[in-house]
Amino acid sequence: MRSRKAQGRTMFFRMLARAAMLRKRSALAALLATVVAAAAATAMLNLFWDVQGKLQREFRNFGANIVVEAPEGTTLSDDAVRSIQAAVNGQGLAVPFAYAVARTGKDQAVVVAGTDLEAARKLNPWWAVSSWPQTSEEALLGVRAARLISPEQKPFSLHYQGRKIQLSPAGTVHTGAGEDSRIYVSMKDFRAWTGLQPSVMEIAGNGSPQELNSLMQRLHESFPDLDVRAVRQVAEGEANVLGKTRSTLLASSTFIVCTAALCVLATLTGWVFDRRRDFAIMKALGASDRLIALFVAGEAAVLASAGAVLGFSGGIGIAAWIGRANFHAPVAPRFELFPAILAGCLVVTLSSTVLPLRLLRRIQPAMILRGE
Amino acid sequence: MFVRLVYESFRRQPRRKLLVAVAVALGAAVSTAMIAIAMDIGDKVSRELRTLGANLVVTPEEDSLDVQIGSVNLKPAGGYLNEADLPKIKGIFWRNNITALAPLLPVNVKTDAGEVTLLGTYFSKSLRFGNQEFTTGARQTFPWWKVQGSWPSDDSGNILVGRRLAARLAVVPGSQLEMNGEVHPVSGIFATGGDEDGQIVAPLFLAQKLAGKPGAVGKIFVSAVTKPEDAFARRSPDSLSAADRDRWYCSPYPQSIAYQLQEVIPHSHAEQIRRIAQNEGTVLSRIKGLMLLITLAALFTSGLAVAAAMATAMFERREEVGLMKALGAGHFPLSAIFVTESVLLACIGGLAGFAFGSVLAQRLGRTIFGSGMAVQPVLLPVVIGLAIAVTFAGSATAIRRAVKSDPVRALRGEA
Repeated sequence: MRSRKAQGRTMFFRMLARAAMLRKRSALAALLATVVAAAAATAMLNLFWDVQGKLQREFRNFGANIVVEAPEGTTLSDDAVRSIQAAVNGQGLAVPFAYAVARTGKDQAVVVAGTDLEAARKLNPWWAVSSWPQTSEEALLGVRAARLISPEQKPFSLHYQGRKIQLSPAGTVHTGAGEDSRIYVSMKDFRAWTGLQPSVMEIAGNGSPQELNSLMQRLHESFPDLDVRAVRQVAEGEANVLGKTRSTLLASSTFIVCTAALCVLATLTGWVFDRRRDFAIMKALGASDRLIALFVAGEAAVLASAGAVLGFSGGIGIAAWIGRANFHAPVAPRFELFPAILAGCLVVTLSSTVLPLRLLRRIQPAMILRGE
Repeated sequence: MFVRLVYESFRRQPRRKLLVAVAVALGAAVSTAMIAIAMDIGDKVSRELRTLGANLVVTPEEDSLDVQIGSVNLKPAGGYLNEADLPKIKGIFWRNNITALAPLLPVNVKTDAGEVTLLGTYFSKSLRFGNQEFTTGARQTFPWWKVQGSWPSDDSGNILVGRRLAARLAVVPGSQLEMNGEVHPVSGIFATGGDEDGQIVAPLFLAQKLAGKPGAVGKIFVSAVTKPEDAFARRSPDSLSAADRDRWYCSPYPQSIAYQLQEVIPHSHAEQIRRIAQNEGTVLSRIKGLMLLITLAALFTSGLAVAAAMATAMFERREEVGLMKALGAGHFPLSAIFVTESVLLACIGGLAGFAFGSVLAQRLGRTIFGSGMAVQPVLLPVVIGLAIAVTFAGSATAIRRAVKSDPVRALRGEA
């Protein structure tokens, strides 16, 4: 023989199941509202956490955000270049640049820059380059320099302190800034020709402003003689735009989640209220107010859990789709958000049963059953 | 009779009607606010992106090379623009998109630290084009320049010294600096994080005097609100048909604004500074795309939520329908009553929601961006249309079922 308590529990669950089965459509509408609210909340929260990183990555395309420069008249030693690159490694890209003023065959002064061309290409994706140098003794010419020095893309020679180099133009670079007046060659060619060491390291560091600050601090401490500075132009614009985008996103998320939650509230309130006749019968058969409240709460909890699970999966899907469509990279699902979503669903569904239950408690079952 | 039925329905169940109307209004408010934000965010973020500084530069037409390494300009590029042409920039087609401009004239001067480059510019100068007056200069064009001390006025002989140079020269705000044998008061030390940290910045007229070139300007930096470039923007205006050319000219692409700058400044060459213009275009289109997709999601969400609320509200009225049917009401008038009620609710809710949503968007714009979001009046019919569609979709199945059901069962409460 099963105990009375166990029987009561079975009865309770049977009632829960029957209630959902009998009023399939209205239960479905309530579930739909919950799922939608949970999905909206999940998608917005996921995006909110992820967008910062995604946009920060876009801002890395602005090139260097930290510059390390040797004091005027001096250069960086090979050791310094290597240890700066080691310090930055994993947190960004550090590219050495060496500069010299050379003279052309027609005695025109021109700035020649030696660099790791492969790395410079990654550092400065906005450079409009017709074709990158592939072999040694090939040069990348700024568009202004190209017009003056090699208008027909013919090989040309440059002189630096009596030493000569013969270069063939591989292509042109167009940026609308100082680069247009320069000639870029590989660091190997540059050093073999001029014997000069790099004087500037341009660093594109990844991460939040705090991480960048600590990177700068580390560089500052390791190389006290060098001038380590933040490129404030981009840093300030980045902070400004990111902050405002996040605020807009937060405000929009709040609007959307609040609306969805309020609609759940309206739907569930109507749903519970609609079943006043059922509750009246239960009450007439001897159910206590507490039992009815427990029954409704149980229903709400089941609804909330089902809504949270379905909505969470849907929301992650929406966030991933938005990430793929807009940033061409998926938004990583944050499963740690699930407890919060579940709790939110429970709070909303449970609180939406409070008002109708209170109304029902005041009413005599006989009045409802008579249809008043 | 019909009107009375609808009226009574609203009068008798104000609380339930209010609940549905509130749901519709909330949905409409969020839709209004989100559509307004999505439509206006591009302009807002584009203006915020101006903190990145100038995205266009105007240089003299002549082909010459800048020979500059770091902060030292070894041979400033030859050729000059005319300072008197500057105000004309405010006369181009997209003049309202020009948020700031600053002329720059580099000249090398002798100081105690040897030869250094001095940049002449406007700090915050009042210019006049026609009867329109505007104030602009380096402070607006390069907003990341930080000055310790005070900014010099544009007609004074005061100068600013870059951070690194100041350390070498050991000057502080308030001290004097000798340049080319003349003594000038240093009103502040400035830091930019760029090459300017090793240079001096002075009012334009002072640089012109030092260079011996009155009225000359080397470069003009222009900060303009632009639209991200696309394939059409990259076409050359000369290769386009007349109609396409007009469309190109009248779109605020970086290219077309540069083209217009070149038209008003004689013997000049204007182009985009790719580092800023290209990257801000990408950032801008990412943010715009994000808000657009979120708006779609918001519309979908609020639509579903409102439809669910509406469906529940309709289910509650089975008995009412049963009674009316028992009294002999036909399918058509019955449906008409409920459809009218839905449309009425949608209109009331939509109107209230539109008003609330506009206020929301305004407040949001003002709090975050410092200027209200523009809510287009054309949004009102769109939002009300959406509200009607959603409430109708939400209640349609419920109405159909209620109308088709057997009145006896409905009255017994079994349906």
